[in-house]
Amino acid sequence: MIAAAFDYVRPATLDEALEHLAKHGEDAKVLAGGHSLIPAMKLRLSQPRVVVDIGRIRDLHSMRERDGQIAIGALTTHYEIESSDFLKRSCPLLPEVAGKIGDVQVRNKGTIGGSCVHADPAGDWPAAMLALDAEFEIGSPRGNRTVVAKDFFVDMLTSAVQPDEILKFIRVRVTAKTTAYVKFAQKASGFAIAGVAAVVDKARKDVAIAVTGVAAKVYRAAAAESSLRGLELSATTIATAAQQVADGVDPLSDIHASSEFRAHLARVQAKRALELAASRG
Amino acid sequence: MSTTIEEAPKVEEAPKGAKASQKYFGRAMKRVEDPRLLKGIATYVDDLKLAGMLHAEYVRSPHANAKINSIKTDSAKKLPGVVAIFTGADVNDKLGTIPCATPLPGGKSPDHKVLAGARAYFVGHPVAIVVAETRAIARDALELIDVDYDPLPAVIDPEKALEKNSPLTHPELGTNIAFTWSLSGGDVESAFKEADKVLKIRLIHPRLTPMAIEPRGCVASWHAGESSLTLWTSTQIPHLVRTLLPGLIGIPENKLRVVAPEVGGGFGSKLNLYAEEVVISHLAIRLNRPIKWIEGRRENAAATIHGRDQIGDHEIAIKKDGTVLAIRCKAIVDVGSYCQLLTPAIPTLTGIMLCGCYKLKAVQMEVTGVHTNKMSTDAYRGAGRPEAAYIIERIMDLVASELGLDPVQVRLKNMPEPTEFPFQTATGLQYDSGNYQAAFNKARELADWPNLLKERDAARKAGRLFGIGLSTYVEICALGPSKTMAAGGWEWGCVRIEISGKVTVITGTTPHGQGQETSFAQIAADRLGIPIEDIVVLHGDTATAHFGRDTYGSRATALGGSAIVMSIDKIIEKTKTLAAALLKSTPEKIEFADGKFFVSGEAENELGWGQLASEAYVAKNLPPGFEPGLEASSFFEPPNCTFPFGTHIVAVDVDRDTGQVKILKYIAVDDCGKQVNPLLVEGQVQGGIAQSIGAALMERTVYDENGQLLTGEFMDYAIPRATDIPDYVLGSTETPSPSNPLGVKGVGEAGTIGSTPAIANAVIDALSPLGIRHLDLPFTPERVWRAIQQKGGGS
Repeated sequence: MIAAAFDYVRPATLDEALEHLAKHGEDAKVLAGGHSLIPAMKLRLSQPRVVVDIGRIRDLHSMRERDGQIAIGALTTHYEIESSDFLKRSCPLLPEVAGKIGDVQVRNKGTIGGSCVHADPAGDWPAAMLALDAEFEIGSPRGNRTVVAKDFFVDMLTSAVQPDEILKFIRVRVTAKTTAYVKFAQKASGFAIAGVAAVVDKARKDVAIAVTGVAAKVYRAAAAESSLRGLELSATTIATAAQQVADGVDPLSDIHASSEFRAHLARVQAKRALELAASRG
Repeated sequence: MSTTIEEAPKVEEAPKGAKASQKYFGRAMKRVEDPRLLKGIATYVDDLKLAGMLHAEYVRSPHANAKINSIKTDSAKKLPGVVAIFTGADVNDKLGTIPCATPLPGGKSPDHKVLAGARAYFVGHPVAIVVAETRAIARDALELIDVDYDPLPAVIDPEKALEKNSPLTHPELGTNIAFTWSLSGGDVESAFKEADKVLKIRLIHPRLTPMAIEPRGCVASWHAGESSLTLWTSTQIPHLVRTLLPGLIGIPENKLRVVAPEVGGGFGSKLNLYAEEVVISHLAIRLNRPIKWIEGRRENAAATIHGRDQIGDHEIAIKKDGTVLAIRCKAIVDVGSYCQLLTPAIPTLTGIMLCGCYKLKAVQMEVTGVHTNKMSTDAYRGAGRPEAAYIIERIMDLVASELGLDPVQVRLKNMPEPTEFPFQTATGLQYDSGNYQAAFNKARELADWPNLLKERDAARKAGRLFGIGLSTYVEICALGPSKTMAAGGWEWGCVRIEISGKVTVITGTTPHGQGQETSFAQIAADRLGIPIEDIVVLHGDTATAHFGRDTYGSRATALGGSAIVMSIDKIIEKTKTLAAALLKSTPEKIEFADGKFFVSGEAENELGWGQLASEAYVAKNLPPGFEPGLEASSFFEPPNCTFPFGTHIVAVDVDRDTGQVKILKYIAVDDCGKQVNPLLVEGQVQGGIAQSIGAALMERTVYDENGQLLTGEFMDYAIPRATDIPDYVLGSTETPSPSNPLGVKGVGEAGTIGSTPAIANAVIDALSPLGIRHLDLPFTPERVWRAIQQKGGGS
């Protein structure tokens, strides 16, 4: 449980941080909250020669709203999101997801940016990000760029952020209150075996359903969404949609849940998430 | 009508005005151990820093079964700060083999060398050891060591291991059978002939990983001037280690000191002599520098003993009226690659407790221990008795459901009356005392049984899967009479009145969380009639506690406490002679009460311990023939084990869509005889139940078909957290034990033993409307969901 030797730098600005990454390339890793990186380093699954601690970069630790768009700095902690009255009013899915991550200690240190870049297939944030069609603003030596959620989560433990880039902000729209996140947790790790984020737009008769923990990466349940488009939400329409939530997906299998059980849980959690979201407004 | 719910015992101070001899025993007092633990100023083995100390890390096999062709250490040796690297070739022939203290006759044992030699036999098997200036350097050096393995097919399934074409775990033995054992009590044949029905059931108790919060570790220091060794180790058994280690490392017993510092949990996983401890001890001598080894969690999960892992096929002879006549059991135990200290004894404890708290006429059990390419199994909280309680309590529910009888009535029908104690069981045990009906009745009262049944009816009508489960258990602990133990079952206790009148109590038990620094002080304070603040209780260091048989099997209070009482009584007797001389009377006329000695009828002329101690050591006024000093030590040899018992009642709700089990209600009434400190008793019961909840709902040690350990971290091995534990309603009855002067029975394991069967019975009851007759542990969501699906019970 001892990490391999490493050097440690703590830049004060984003530009300094990007310089370090440019200089060290694959030998460097960004440290934010540390609750994915440090365990990996202790198990020696990750052995960066240089750890670039971006925790002091104030610009990345903020929350702003303008014209119906909320910008959250990548270094905002899960706890700050969980306890934000502003977000509970303007985008309640975010505090709801944050409160289900890990435990109190993890939530006090872990960041939304770090979590998204880590792209754990069973992480909670990716479900919310995909369901909200979030946008990711990335700082890069090749010029800043914005990536939408459906292009951000590339594969298991792989996001669109390159090794020499740093995620700066996450943007989501203000939503109605009719959202919900329901999670069936793996008993040992607390990660999702099936986590479903539902964003219901009753005015437009449109829903977004994103599922984490079931497949190699988070996904939108397109078939289920189509079946609800233009319809009033009712027990029957929800049940029909939920049945399709695992369609076209190759569920993971491990000692905690077989693929058949994961697919089943996806359907059960989707039904619960949709019913809960619909009941909130 | 309101129901009285027992409250948690409130912490009590000694009552003012109580007699000096009745102030502490039986009171729920805060522990003296806790301030140092809570403030983080206790000393665990990893806190020890010795001058010149080196650090060790083990290279461990990543394969379950492999030939070891070569171990290349040259690059690692060149790493600055690496002092030495040793392999099996360097140490195995200089050291003895790891012992099993309870081999069974006819058993075939491979030589358990301290490091792997030509072959590795399980994932985690220590293959080499690096000793370096820092732990980080030792850890870095591991990556530079190149071991050339030829992996071989692994023996994993214990039943397949008994088939003719199975590969052999230890080819030189010619078999995968480690041992066989059988027990036969009563006339089994005629019991089965007499039966109206014979029921059959297969019961599996999965392998579990103890997961003590502090992993193993030790520091060994060689004192070259005295040719003596000190070993500090996170152990439950410093005395047993001191007995066993000399033969392995070639140091005489009287030049070996073993110390158990603060130990962060044992649960049986530290009731062993481990290869790692032996190697560190040897190398401290060889390198003439202190060496520290602390394992990580992954090593702990792989290379510290596992628990349980029993498969049993049972036949039960019953009568139509619910009388259970006899049980025949064929069991297979997966012992892993080696039998460690008590491995073969564990299933024998299952066998002798198979009748539970019932008057069976006959019991027969045949056990086959099987060698596989896994870590060894050995004692884990309950050690064979959780398996027995699970078997007999599942059987009682099975009998009830097969015959359409009330599970309460089936149990009551088969229980002995309180007047029938000491009770002789079909397995040859004598249960010391018991009143199973009293605990059973109290538990049902606390559970508001009739309304609980109504609650179940209402829930079922509403379509919920609601179940109630019972467990009326008995267990065997306070091991035990020396005739039945491997190397002495007595316990030692020394009491010393110091010259100042303060008291030092030394116990040969080795508490590692059980709280005897508090409870033994309570016992001694009352017996001596002195304030508890004047007493210190020492333990865990073989230089201080000269003799002992340590702590396991819930023995410390019954046996260690009794040895202390014997010693105090010897001191009181001796002091009467001194008091008589000082009071110008004769010893027969001296009375001792509430800490004072006086001539009968002249209580106003009393002498206290302070004055008497001073006289005894200053020794100017001693009567002729009176030896100075006030100290006594004693060995308590128990005439019998003790048999705590109780009833647990559980109500659960099962989510038919997800298979999740929620414990709605948990009621437990446990009887551990007289209670020295109800706070400690409750703590033990709470912890034991929590471990049972883990075993029932979420814990299982999993090896894949290649012998890879899939549950080697807390990411994959689920143990209960605070949110998994329901509010308990705990009560107790007190049926004193005649097996020791204190009347106490053990309680450290009772919660773990009585609980899992109650939860199991509750879950299966919840699923029974779907036609489900049995389901194996653990009740993970997927396992439960699949059982429901099979019966078409999904929504």
